[in-house]
Order: sequence, then structure tokens, then C-alpha cells
Amino acid sequence: MDAALLPLAPLVVVAGTTVVLILLDLLPPRTSKVHLGVVALVGIVATLVSALFLWGRAGRAFSGVVVLDNFALFFDVVICYAVALVLLLSLDYLRRNGMERGEYYILVLFATLGMLLMAHAADLIVIFLALELMSLSLYVLAGFFQARLTAAESAMKYFLLGAFATGFFVYGIALIYGAAGTTALDRVGAALGSATRDPLLLIGLGLLLVGFGFKISSVPFHMWAPDVYEGAPTSVAALIATGSKAAGFAGLLRVLLSTFRGAQPDWTALLWVLAVLTMTVGNVVAIAQSNLKRMLAYSSIAHVGYMLVGVVAGGPLGAGGVLFYLLVYSFATAGAFGVILLLERGRQEAVNQDDYGGLAARHPVLALTLALFLLSLIGMPPTAGFAGKFYLFGAAVRSGYIWLAVIAVLNSAVAAYYYLRVIVYMYMRDQEGVPTEPAPSFAGRLALGIALWGVFQLGLMPAPVLDLAQAAVAPLLR
Amino acid sequence: MSDYVPVLIYAAFIVAFAVMSLGVAALLRPSRSYDAKLQNYECGAEPIGQAWVQFPVGFYLVALVFLLFDLLAVFLFPWALVLRGLGLAAFWAMALFLAILSLGWLYAYREGILEWK
Repeated sequence: MDAALLPLAPLVVVAGTTVVLILLDLLPPRTSKVHLGVVALVGIVATLVSALFLWGRAGRAFSGVVVLDNFALFFDVVICYAVALVLLLSLDYLRRNGMERGEYYILVLFATLGMLLMAHAADLIVIFLALELMSLSLYVLAGFFQARLTAAESAMKYFLLGAFATGFFVYGIALIYGAAGTTALDRVGAALGSATRDPLLLIGLGLLLVGFGFKISSVPFHMWAPDVYEGAPTSVAALIATGSKAAGFAGLLRVLLSTFRGAQPDWTALLWVLAVLTMTVGNVVAIAQSNLKRMLAYSSIAHVGYMLVGVVAGGPLGAGGVLFYLLVYSFATAGAFGVILLLERGRQEAVNQDDYGGLAARHPVLALTLALFLLSLIGMPPTAGFAGKFYLFGAAVRSGYIWLAVIAVLNSAVAAYYYLRVIVYMYMRDQEGVPTEPAPSFAGRLALGIALWGVFQLGLMPAPVLDLAQAAVAPLLR
Repeated sequence: MSDYVPVLIYAAFIVAFAVMSLGVAALLRPSRSYDAKLQNYECGAEPIGQAWVQFPVGFYLVALVFLLFDLLAVFLFPWALVLRGLGLAAFWAMALFLAILSLGWLYAYREGILEWK
């Protein structure tokens, strides 16, 4: 490989795999597309390996607009894990729904390329490019089960609201360019530090926050999430909830911590409010949901609130805590979506909590798996969720945001109610109606196994990964 | 911020001019309305039916394929102008770009986009 392209190795691998997939999709057999999924999976694993191999290196490419540092590499790892789980889950989910098409895997890889590029972006224009590459692929994927009305609603809503948020984002870039005279992140930061403070820069930052807030679905830009998750294929919902959220945080953290560090007092006050709103609205509304996919959508909104607590706390503890929590959250959320996906019947029936009545008696292992993922989302001790929340809230206390930590802990207690309710249904209720049967999918079970391993590995031995997360944010805080 | 003051003044003048000329004209002119005044002036066909008509979705796909070739041309012309100075590396970079774009065209072809139904 060309030395100049070495910093881009993870991106090049994903792009190369996508090109191979397009070629493969044109060749026979035209009916079965499982081999495309396998090739995509191999590509993602190769990307993961290349990211691990590059750890510790730093570099830039394309006149400095694409950057390689530990921060980007950590996000590469998070995103690759999430996408690998989604691909494993998709392998025969598509066939069961009669939608086995090559485009699916191609689009998933295009979205992945956008997510990775977002983590590596060092220029506002590249962030925009990455955001669009990721979003446009996800808009199509959200409506992939075209025959269903909810899929059309999901894709349409996601597209319209997403395009609207993108408009805010571009306007923000334009204002920042107007004030700083550049779109390169480090030079914008220098302009912020040197001159007398230009209000245009802050207005621009506010507009960027709207765009990022939409991608990570923080309140008040969260309205799309439940409808999109409900109508999208469950595997795509898992991808939107984990990978695209991680990418959104990658862009947000790089812009806030590195470029706009000079304006920290301004944006911490704003994010403090956003964090409280996001946690509270997410958790309170989740209580009222009986559809598990909607419940997980609101739960994912609440978790964004917890991660914003870490952003407010700042420093290596807070920001490192966010990175660690993203990994923890991705394993547990992808796992929970995975169980729902395996239990789904036909065209996404049997996703209500009533359908989970008596599941533990019929399928004890699967019920236990879902219970463990939900316990991790609550933050119960042996699971990773506890370690993640411990570091996030601990960082908030240490930075002096006592009340924020108190509100976050109270919110976690509220959240326990709706997660435990599902567990109560599985273990203490009797089954009603047609019993749900899990699909006999080896790949799906493998994905659940990997996610479960992640939940316990990070829960029992969090320190090594947390050290890596803190090392990853170090270049931003310098 | 002060750099933008001339822009603001200019914008204010534009708005004031438009409001004033239209306003004065509305006050002074006699108002006599008849059908011929509402018709297209000198050029353009008389409108028939609604503006909200449905297009075959095939046009959209053809437009996408057109975009592919358009993009090709946009990048090929400046590349061709400076190729002699840049040497082989630029040639191979463009070859890779062309290969990826052609793959897109091949994909469109195999998916039957050019077969007009």
C-alpha cells in the first residue's frame, strides 16, 4: 500500500470491500446473497484488525483533512464491532423476511465507510461528507422492507428530518467559515483562541450541535428515533442505534473537545441542559412503551443523555468515559436488538412485551441472554453497564457537576423499571396467544455470544479498555 | 462583525427600493383588470391542467446515470490538462477512479435501468 494511504488503511479496506461486493452482486448466483454478507463480514473484520494494528500511530492524509490518531482508531473499533454484529444478525434475517438482496450489504458497508470517515475527519467539509454518506445509506436501509407501510413511514421520516438537520449543519459550517476563514478544525480552533470572540463562531457551533444532536438523537432532536426504529428492519435499527450514534459522538467530541475547547464554558452550560432533558425525556417516555423496539429507541435516547454527562464533565476521565460507554452500550443494545430479531415472526410481529410472556420457561438460554443485556443497560454490577455508568458519573462528580450526577443516577433508577418489566414478563408471566419461537440461526446466536462476551469482558475487567479510551482522547485534549 | 455592515446597508437599500417602487406604482396606476392581462406575456405556451403531474420514475434513474457521466467529465477535463506535469501516479489515480465509476455504470446496466419499460 502507498505510504501516503497508510493512515487511511481502515477506510481503504472498507471501500475496497464495498467495490468487491458491488462486483459480486453482479455475478451469479442471482438468487442467494449470503456470500455477500460473508464477504462484507470478512471486510469488517479485516478493518478491525487493521485498526488494532495501527494503534498508536498518528498521521494525516489528503492535505490534512483526514487524520489518523488513537481517537479515530478507538471509534473504528467500536463501529466495526457494531457493524460486525449487525451483519451477523442480518445473514438469515433477510432471507426469513424474503428480502435477500445484495444492495443491503453494499449499503451497510457504504454507511460504515461514512461512519469511519466521520471518526477520521479533521475538516468540517469532510465531516459533512461523512455525515451524508452515512445518512443517505441509512435512509435507504430504513425503508428496506419496502412492502410494509411502516417501513415507508420510517424511511420518509428519517429522510425529511435528517435532511432538515443537515441543512442546519451546513449553515453552521458556512457561519464558522465566515468567521474563521477556514474549515480545517485545528485552524478554526486557533481562530477561536486568538481573536476577540466572534459571535458568529458560537452561532455556527450551535447550528453544528443541532446537526450532531439529530444524529445522536438527543432531546429535542430525538422525535424521529422511535418511529424509525419501529419501521426499519430490526438489524438496521441496531445499526442506527449503535454505529451511527458512535459516529455522531466521534464528530461531536472532536469538534467540541479539540476545536471549540476555547469556548468550553459556553457549550458545557448548553450540554448540561441537553443532557438532563435527554435522560429524563428518554426514560420517562420509555416507561409508556409496550413495543420493545420503541422501548429500546427511547432507552437509546436516555443513554445518549448519560454520555452527554461525560462530555460535560470533560477531561480524560469524562471524555474517555464516553468512549468506553459507547463500546459498552453498543454491545448491550446490539445484543438486545439481536434477541428481538431472532424472536420476530414474519413481518415484524411479536415485538410487544406481551409476546415475551413465559419466554424463560420455553427458551431459558435466550431469555437469560436478553435479561443480561437489559441488566447491562440498567447498569447492574457484574455487567459492563455498571462500569460504564460508574466512570461517567464519577467523572461528573470529580469535575464538580454533583447535581448532574445526582440527576443521572435518579434517571438510572427510573430506567430500571421498564427494563425489569421485560424481565418480569419473561420470567413471571404466562404466555398468551401464539408462542414466539426463535429463528434457528447460527450466525445470530454467534452475534449474541460475541455481544454477551463484550458485556462481561468489559464488566469484569474494564480497566484495560478504559485505559485505551483515555489514551484515545489524550491527543484531543493536548 | 463590522465587515458585514456594508452588506446589511446594501440589503436594506435593496428592500427599500423594491418596496418603494412597487408601492408607489400601486398608488399611482389605475387598476383595470381583464383576462388578457393574466395570460403569458409574448412567449410560453398556455398552461393546461395542473402543475402537479406524475413523472415515470424511470426518468429519475436515467438522471442518476447521467450524473455518473457528468461527474466523469467534470474530473476528466482538468485532469487531462495537467496530466503531462503530474506523471504516472496521476494516471493510475484516475484509472482507479474510472474503474470505480464504471463499476457503478455496470451495476446500473445489470439492474436493467437502461431498459425502458
